[in-house]
Amino acid sequence: METQNINQPPESGNRTAGSDQLRPGTNLVNRYLIQEVIGIGGMGSVYRARDLHFPNVVKLVAIKEIINHAPDPLVRKTVVQNFEREANILATLSHPSIPRIYDYFTLENRSYLALEFINGRDLEVVLNQAQGFLSEEQVVGWAIQLCDVLSYLHNHKPDPIIFRDMKPSNVMVNQYNHIILVDFGIAKPFQTGQKGTMIGTEGYSPPEQYRGEASTQADIYALGATIHHLLTRRDPRLEPPFSFGERPIRKSNANISIEIETVVNTALQYDVENRFKTADDFKQALIGAARKTGMLNRINFSQPGGTGAVNVSGIKPVWVFQCEDEIRGTPLYLGGVIYTGCYDNNLYALNAANGEFQWKYATDGGVVSRPAAAEDTIYFGSEDKSLYAVSARTGKMIWTFPTEGRIRSSGRIADGHIFIGSDDRSLYAIKQSTGRKAWNYETSDEVRSTPFVVNDLIYFGTEGGELFCVDFHQQVKWRFKAKRGITSSPWVQDNVVYFSSMDCFMYALDAKTGWLLWRFRMGKASIVSPSIFNNTVITGSSDGNIYAVDTRNSKEIWHYKTGNQVNGSPIVYKDAVYVGSVDNNLYCIEVQSGRLRWKFETKGPITGTPCIYDDILYFGSTDHFIYALLT
Amino acid sequence: MLDFFKKFSKKKEPQEPKETKITAEPISRPVVIDNAKTAPLSDLQLESIRALAQNHFEPIQYLVASGQSVGQRRELNEDCLFTLTTCVAGNSGNPPFGLFIVADGMGGHQNGEVASNTAVRTVSNYVMKKIHNVLFSFPIEPLDESLQEILQGAVLEAQHAVMKEAPGSGTTVTAALVLGQQLTIAHVGDSRGYLLYNEHRMEAITRDHSLVRRLEELGQITAAEAAVHPQRNVLYRAVGQGDNMDADVITTPFPIGGYLLLCSDGLWGLVSDDEMSQMIYSAPTIQRACQDMVAAANAAGGPDNISVILVKLLG
Repeated sequence: METQNINQPPESGNRTAGSDQLRPGTNLVNRYLIQEVIGIGGMGSVYRARDLHFPNVVKLVAIKEIINHAPDPLVRKTVVQNFEREANILATLSHPSIPRIYDYFTLENRSYLALEFINGRDLEVVLNQAQGFLSEEQVVGWAIQLCDVLSYLHNHKPDPIIFRDMKPSNVMVNQYNHIILVDFGIAKPFQTGQKGTMIGTEGYSPPEQYRGEASTQADIYALGATIHHLLTRRDPRLEPPFSFGERPIRKSNANISIEIETVVNTALQYDVENRFKTADDFKQALIGAARKTGMLNRINFSQPGGTGAVNVSGIKPVWVFQCEDEIRGTPLYLGGVIYTGCYDNNLYALNAANGEFQWKYATDGGVVSRPAAAEDTIYFGSEDKSLYAVSARTGKMIWTFPTEGRIRSSGRIADGHIFIGSDDRSLYAIKQSTGRKAWNYETSDEVRSTPFVVNDLIYFGTEGGELFCVDFHQQVKWRFKAKRGITSSPWVQDNVVYFSSMDCFMYALDAKTGWLLWRFRMGKASIVSPSIFNNTVITGSSDGNIYAVDTRNSKEIWHYKTGNQVNGSPIVYKDAVYVGSVDNNLYCIEVQSGRLRWKFETKGPITGTPCIYDDILYFGSTDHFIYALLT
Repeated sequence: MLDFFKKFSKKKEPQEPKETKITAEPISRPVVIDNAKTAPLSDLQLESIRALAQNHFEPIQYLVASGQSVGQRRELNEDCLFTLTTCVAGNSGNPPFGLFIVADGMGGHQNGEVASNTAVRTVSNYVMKKIHNVLFSFPIEPLDESLQEILQGAVLEAQHAVMKEAPGSGTTVTAALVLGQQLTIAHVGDSRGYLLYNEHRMEAITRDHSLVRRLEELGQITAAEAAVHPQRNVLYRAVGQGDNMDADVITTPFPIGGYLLLCSDGLWGLVSDDEMSQMIYSAPTIQRACQDMVAAANAAGGPDNISVILVKLLG
């Protein structure tokens, strides 16, 4: 289908291959009895035929037809001569992976080749018929055979033969799993100029081929492209040209070893000098990689693989501190002290340098949120329904404010007020200095998301799935309805609001109007608050993945699969994302590539968000411990 | 830079509070302050201060103009363009809305113009059907799709329509949907979208889906080689071609006081980015700027059809 697009200029678009095809039963040159069409190429059809010179046995041949469309008689003659010259070269070749040529002839405007009939399928068909990915061993096995035959062609004397058209549909695999190269570029001299043709590129050819340079290394590139296609199932004709570098094999197919990926990448270098010099070098590299991996022991994507990943046991915490119950909240760093809430009802203050206990403040319920701080005062809500203001230095209570529901939302301080949600379905504005209520805005559902305040506007979600934009006078500017609850805390940047929802989507809304700009679908519900880094938004989902999404085109840049739900929110520090998972691990992932740098295992699920100050990472786990790690 | 002048022009009172802070950095700061007080403002600086002052425009709205020409060498116009803006201003008014499309058809015979027209009509019809009730009904019915999804769907629908109406042909489509200060643009092919922030900053927000562009991006050929490459017209993605046609869709802020420029290669292939920017900023009106750009492409030989849309955000 693609081939037709490429080779047929629009002028000849009306000609269907079918109308010109030979009918079954046609006898060519009184020798070849056409049985059926077995393939359609840009220049004509391929038929299966019986060779009548062997009347007592059924000898099958493949008849390849090339229709000469050139209108000028002189051009037609040249075309036929070129065809015959190349056929003559082919007739001298002898290699198990090259079909034998028995005969060639020209009848009016058509030229024919009689070739060895191969009982098999081409690799494009094999790929299309396969369920899921082809196995790495299988593809590497074929690739080694293809290197062999390229090496044979490239070492041809007096002149090397360049195949020029390596792609899955030109490689047949027979019933013995041997590969045979078909379509020897004979059609090339027949192609009319590209004039008027404006759509289509080959996908497998290297950049220099478009400058009119064809070398043996062009075949090496095209073989790399072919292997890439076979391993990833992504057809390069449907991708931007020469984009293999942006589409690493293991991004599509994580089962492939990094060794094989590296070898294929070398073949796919843009610059000829950086590719393998010879097909034999390519083959040796493939064999070397296959030997190294054992080809049987699969290397898992998430295991150490050349990027300096550190094993779990390699990380020693700077300090740990044990509380009396699970820690589900997020720590806060302020002036050399870490403040963190705990299910044991306390807010703890610990020395950030060594984890030494400073003080704790006991409420009548678990503390699950992230404390907020301003001017030496720590503000935090509790499951006992109250909001507390305590002195950062002494832990003495300054004021408390009772709400009607448990407080899971974290406070946000702006304009002398603390804004915080409660399970009593209100968003509260409390005066920072006195603890008096300025106002509360009632919604129809619990408010667990942490409000975001910018430009005198407050953004927050509700468990009923509404996202509100309210001004300081409680006027609703707009509201947006997701299909399920919004526990996630919104983040506003560059006039866009980002948040996740239990309805499995991450949303991006215009901050002024609430219009939906884009949404990104994840595998399962999410309560994770997104984090923005340059043009990347990072979030997680209970499907176990950490996602990096482009803020402009809403496309996934990468995802990383953890062993269980991701409910804690990610933070980005320098060039890495830090996020906890219910699989007990805290992950450090490179923000650009999505590769694991290290992970640190605790003895319980991590549902809070880490906090980083001065290269030290602080987080709590449901194993009752607070950890401080060096980033 | 502009921020500095904004502060400068707004605060008319002498700014003594700043003096107290200077003590922290006694060496460098006073010198700078001194300069700012004595140096006269250049015309360019005054102009940009004036431009800033003019920026407060109520209601916020889009101003649009377009230009088109068959060119000097072709008999048929295979380009197609579309513009629409709405402004509902009132107590609970909508943000201004706009839809702008440029399509450049190809395919040899008359199919090219069928492809571009079909694509433009299909995209505009699809988008307006989706947006109509949000813009014009009362009470407002919210969208159940994102703007990116709507544009993606519109281009896909255009793909089906072109394959049906003009099989074998293809067309570029660059469609910009603007809403308030959000610009969402869907793009296939080698027409272009640019944002102009000021006289000195012009950014392409689309990427040509052409072979030579790709070669150029990879450093395989130079810009000069690309301009004369025999396959410079070869696209690897076009609406109406291929089963897996995927539009690039991005959302980006529309600069207040800035411009959006959409054009076919009949313009950008002949007139450089700098020249276009110069014409836009020197013309007295945006319709004049469009005429100037079309005339410049024709003066340079006009080998291809020329289409241009210029949009300014007043606010």
